[in-house]
Amino acid sequence: MYTDSTKAIADSLTRPHGQGASQGSDWILHHIMDGNYLDFSPIGKIYLPEIEVMGFNISITRHVVFLWLAAILLAFLLIKTARRYKKTNIPNRFTGAIEVLIYFVKDEIAKPSIGGGYEKFVPYLLTAFFFILFANFLGLVPFSATVTSNISVTATLAIATFSVTQWGGMRKNGVFGYFKGLIPHGIPVFLLPIMIVVEILGLFTKPFALAMRLFANMTAGHIVIYALIGLIFTMNTIAVAPVSVGMALAIYMLEILVAMLQAYIFTMLSAVFIGMAVHQDH
Amino acid sequence: MELAHLAAGIGSALIIIGGGFGIGKLAAAAMEATGRQPEAAGGIRTTMIIAAALIEGISLFALVICFILAGK
Repeated sequence: MYTDSTKAIADSLTRPHGQGASQGSDWILHHIMDGNYLDFSPIGKIYLPEIEVMGFNISITRHVVFLWLAAILLAFLLIKTARRYKKTNIPNRFTGAIEVLIYFVKDEIAKPSIGGGYEKFVPYLLTAFFFILFANFLGLVPFSATVTSNISVTATLAIATFSVTQWGGMRKNGVFGYFKGLIPHGIPVFLLPIMIVVEILGLFTKPFALAMRLFANMTAGHIVIYALIGLIFTMNTIAVAPVSVGMALAIYMLEILVAMLQAYIFTMLSAVFIGMAVHQDH
Repeated sequence: MELAHLAAGIGSALIIIGGGFGIGKLAAAAMEATGRQPEAAGGIRTTMIIAAALIEGISLFALVICFILAGK
């Protein structure tokens, strides 16, 4: 009883390398990458429309669908929580769980890393934290796609952090004072040309690392799961199935941890960078 | 083409050795510090996670080069 996708996997694995465009690991990338359809494989596929406006391809892809789903879910849950707290201060079971996370971001991440004047940046950090958390967890649901394993999404998030960092730093220190403060005090004059280049490069490597970290972590976990499942097809025997499914399950548990940890780390590093831009004196 | 793939494989192995060694050393030092001074555990953990994320960032830069090589 072969479905379409298992047949495609088996085909791509049995075909010798170098023949045709297909290689052994193609089906993994196929699952990770963006596509024009929602894959409910044994049941069927839903094809999404391709839209092109003025030469730009803005078609609604799999990742766009799950990006919107994460956003809608997030808006629905958080607006519900906010409404409840407008009426009464007593949390119920559901709003209590959200409140714990909000206080965690505010008191454990924003306050110690940014310091004075941290309140202004809490809304951005909360948005980033909850969006990444929801997107990561949505990617662990069967038949769904991980939005954060798309480099464009993580790059957008990193650019948002970059903008907030620069805006915060310039607002506090003034535009000139901010750029002056990037270079440490009391270094010899002959080092200045090197330091200016290094510091300006440093401005851009920070968001680049943020984007790459989230992207690589979310992609790598899914590739490992797919590779473990793919062992069954590579060895072409059912005897290896208990081992590979068991190991895939263990990696899945690790993925749950990574999903939370990456949301935390992205928010934490954003807060640290903002704190470095706002309080340049130390 | 084959050499590029070989380079990507060896490169990612070296990255993992370096990154694993760095993060392992970092975690060992953090645990030792927490053992000596349990009341500072919170601050040590935060610093450790930030430093680990920075080490990871560097190894990811190298990993990007491996991706580019593997795609050749």
